Amino acid sequence: MNLFSDRKYVISAIFITLVSIFLIRIFYIQVLDNSYKLAANDNALRHKIEYPERGVIYDRNGKILVYNEAAYDLMVIPKRVKKIDTLDLCKILEITKEEFITRLKKLKAQKFSSFRPEIFENEISLETYATLQEKMMKFPGFFVQARTLRKYPLKTAPHALGYVGEVDKKLMESNPYYRMGDNIGLSGVEKSYEIPLRGQRGVKIVMVDVYNREKGSFEDGRYDTASVLGRSLTSSIDADLQEYGEKLMQNKIGAVVAIEPATGEILAMLSSPTYDPNLLVGRLKKKNYPIMVMDTTKPLYNRATMAKYPPGSTFKLVNALIGQQEGVINESTLFSCSRGFHFGGLTVGCHPHASPVNLKFSITTSCNSYYCNTFKNILQKYPKTAIGFKVWRDHVMSFGLGKKFPVDLPQESSGNVPTIKYYDKYHGAGRWNAITVISLAIGQGEMGVTPLQMANFCTVIANRGWYYAPHVIKKVEGGKIDTTYTKKRYTTVGRAYFDPVVEGMRNVVIAGTGRIAQLDSLTVCGKTGTAQNPHGKDHSIFICFAPMDKPKIALAVYVENAGFGATWAAPIASLMMEKYLRREVKRPEMEKRIMDANLLPKKSDWIAKKTKG
Amino acid sequence: MANRSSEAVLQNIDWVLVLLYLVLVTMGWFNIYAAVYNEEYKSIFDTSQSYGMQLVWIVTSLFIAFAILVIDGEFFPKFAYVLYGAFIFLLIVVIFAGVEVKGSKSWIGVGGFRIQPAEFAKFATNLAIAKYLSNINIKFEKLSTKLIAAALFAVPALIIILQNETGSALVYASFILVLYREGLSGNILVMGLVMVLLFIAALLVDEGVLSIILAVIAGCSFFFIRFKLNNALIVGGILLASVAFVYTVDYAFVNVLEPHQKKRINVLLGKEVDLKGAGYNVNQSMIAIGSGGLIGKGYLNGTQTKYNYVPEQSTDFIFCTVGEEWGFVGSTIVLGLFVLLLLRLIFLAERQRSTFSRIYGYGLASIIFFHLAINIGMTIGLAPVVGIPLPFFSYGGSSLWSFTILTFIFVRLDAYRFQILR
Ligand SMILES: [Zn+2]
Repeated sequence: MNLFSDRKYVISAIFITLVSIFLIRIFYIQVLDNSYKLAANDNALRHKIEYPERGVIYDRNGKILVYNEAAYDLMVIPKRVKKIDTLDLCKILEITKEEFITRLKKLKAQKFSSFRPEIFENEISLETYATLQEKMMKFPGFFVQARTLRKYPLKTAPHALGYVGEVDKKLMESNPYYRMGDNIGLSGVEKSYEIPLRGQRGVKIVMVDVYNREKGSFEDGRYDTASVLGRSLTSSIDADLQEYGEKLMQNKIGAVVAIEPATGEILAMLSSPTYDPNLLVGRLKKKNYPIMVMDTTKPLYNRATMAKYPPGSTFKLVNALIGQQEGVINESTLFSCSRGFHFGGLTVGCHPHASPVNLKFSITTSCNSYYCNTFKNILQKYPKTAIGFKVWRDHVMSFGLGKKFPVDLPQESSGNVPTIKYYDKYHGAGRWNAITVISLAIGQGEMGVTPLQMANFCTVIANRGWYYAPHVIKKVEGGKIDTTYTKKRYTTVGRAYFDPVVEGMRNVVIAGTGRIAQLDSLTVCGKTGTAQNPHGKDHSIFICFAPMDKPKIALAVYVENAGFGATWAAPIASLMMEKYLRREVKRPEMEKRIMDANLLPKKSDWIAKKTKG
Repeated sequence: MANRSSEAVLQNIDWVLVLLYLVLVTMGWFNIYAAVYNEEYKSIFDTSQSYGMQLVWIVTSLFIAFAILVIDGEFFPKFAYVLYGAFIFLLIVVIFAGVEVKGSKSWIGVGGFRIQPAEFAKFATNLAIAKYLSNINIKFEKLSTKLIAAALFAVPALIIILQNETGSALVYASFILVLYREGLSGNILVMGLVMVLLFIAALLVDEGVLSIILAVIAGCSFFFIRFKLNNALIVGGILLASVAFVYTVDYAFVNVLEPHQKKRINVLLGKEVDLKGAGYNVNQSMIAIGSGGLIGKGYLNGTQTKYNYVPEQSTDFIFCTVGEEWGFVGSTIVLGLFVLLLLRLIFLAERQRSTFSRIYGYGLASIIFFHLAINIGMTIGLAPVVGIPLPFFSYGGSSLWSFTILTFIFVRLDAYRFQILR
């Protein structure tokens, strides 16, 4: 036997030891350390997100208000970029060579990502896209990826429709659905109907090889989710009426809201100055948004739902109704007016007219004295002012004033109907009475009403005592609108008390302050108002509905700094009614006078001149 | 006579070894199919793809194996030196007339295809060393014997280094294990291990600091051995040699190694992170194996290998496919089969009555072991990336033929063992 044959054990031991070390190491990386599995998935799996198209929004007649238009991003796979004509590409993209190199370097520096497509330039223009497509073969590593952007063919109703934008960090944290770069509705209908509009994003997991070529779906698509198309919406807005209103309101500040009384559907909602909603899409938004925010005329501000104005004389209608309900006046109650209401040392002036005044005539001539007496009597009916005030206030609130509607627009102000607490704080508890707050009788003072609330109040009168919560979306594809919009809401004033008020409003148009709103054979009912403006010229207000029986449209028009309600607000309302009810306007002179009028404050330099889409 | 002899050979064949060979080769073939799997060429027999070609290599290997089995058993010892000389000549020829593939001039074109003489030189060297050391007149104790034996494998190794195939050359170091079995002092193995450790330390730690640490260790050693002049001289000598070695390594690393070699070593030692360059292969290889988990992703489901994230996945990195698709269970089975093969070779070598056969058997086991150690070590980040194949598994005709010849010469020698008297 060989002298060293025992060494076979040493050699066997060496073999076994090394293989054991290998197995321990393999066990460690395969079973104990999870990071390699993640790295393998990171290599080979691509989560391809399929963005469904956002829902289209139609107007009430089927005209498209918003749709989607293709946009193109220039993508790059950094590692594939080889021997390209950098100068030519820079020329097409209108960037410097240094900029090009810096961007590419930044993308290349990302770990493991050199074979992944990254955005090199987003939303290239159509011309750039066309030039690029022709020369694409010359730029290996680059390709163009399509996505969609919102497009507004009629350029109308930006405040109601709202805009979309990229999600921010805060939103992504609060809602895990959204990811970096996703779009979301940020205002208007885009925001309130975000979920049906956006649909459901789909995710497809595909496997790719080292050259980023797709190799099929992962585990036969077991983890894939299909995308669900965004649902289309039908708005109650009448695009023709909306556009027409916008034309009438050009070069004016203010708001118009038109409602179909029978349904609560908003036919038009415009805030002036308005803007072309296409200016707030994608790349343009970055440029235009800050300019609009800074503009003194606040074009982004939706005055229709957010601006609080004193209702002025239109509010007398509310007091006429409450007075009857409370039994302090009836159709034949008379009050005298000698150029106003006088009590102690206080005088609320009035214009010269025949006296005494009954209910109908008080509306026709808008007599201040009549309503100061009525309001005083309502509050004094009760032993304490506070009790009387509360009764009065509850009646007012039942008209939809002083609180938010469940309206399907996210930005809305609740307006303001002052509270007992407010007066107690201001004057001291028990130290104020009807006379102290007498300005409420004629809609001045602390009252704040939004144009939307005003139009709805007009709807209440048109319906003789009830309303549906106003809304701008009447139909969601494959679904119903919320039941809050189909629930009738009644005021606390009895049906019978509305007739003399409506007749009074009819007389306003036939023989009173609103004669300018007369529209041939149509039985238009209206009321003028002037809201005192401590900062300048008064605001012009007009509310109206038509026809008198079975009304089809109720309107509230506000024109800032325009003075008496009959001068500007009433003709605008009248023209819009004509447009809506007759589909054709046959008063070209009046139309021209309104459209040409510029009532903007002198200093203001309207935005449209600065931002050209 | 010839008939009777070949019948005897078939009866005396070690079928366990042959079976292990066949199992490993077959597993290799299936894994190559998975590694380069191509949807468009689904047939495993398609010779336009490397899996089809591997089948060609396997079939031809079986012919070669059969041919070796029917050759007279006396042939190999008799012609050992002739074969050795012939292959040394061929290796030199390659340097001047070889075909350059991937930066190394180690291929030679014969008609339509290429072979790598460095692969075949292994069996010739093994034969030559066995022949030399089995000579009755040789005394292994003599230094000259050891030096001549070392020269027998150092010469082909050096020529192969000149061909720029450092990996293949490294394998020749495996013959040290053979010398150890034949009586080389165990201290040489220990010294080898210490040198490897010092080599790593020299690259990781500043040489001045390392010298001080070594001196402290030397000082401490006197707690365990008696302080005598003799011992002190030995310790001092070892210390001096170690410090000299450390400085040599440092100098050599900076001045002798090629930049890409330096980078590979630095990446392995963790001194450099380079996921896109030198470290890319190892990183992707470890991702492939590491993502396999306990039972793997299943046959043909390995994304890392199938989608080409791992380079050379059918040749040097074939073990990635095993790790990714068969997981820890599959890796254990494959490594277990290799251990069985190695232990079987030791068992067979030890039962040889002829010294020539025994030495040849150990040479074979050592070569397979070194390939296994470096190849698997490289895929799991424990050895530098040197391109050497996994025996029987990796794609390639030269490699498979070479290991078939190596193995079946031993099968033949083993079957012949009863006919040798001494
Ligand atoms: Zn009066």
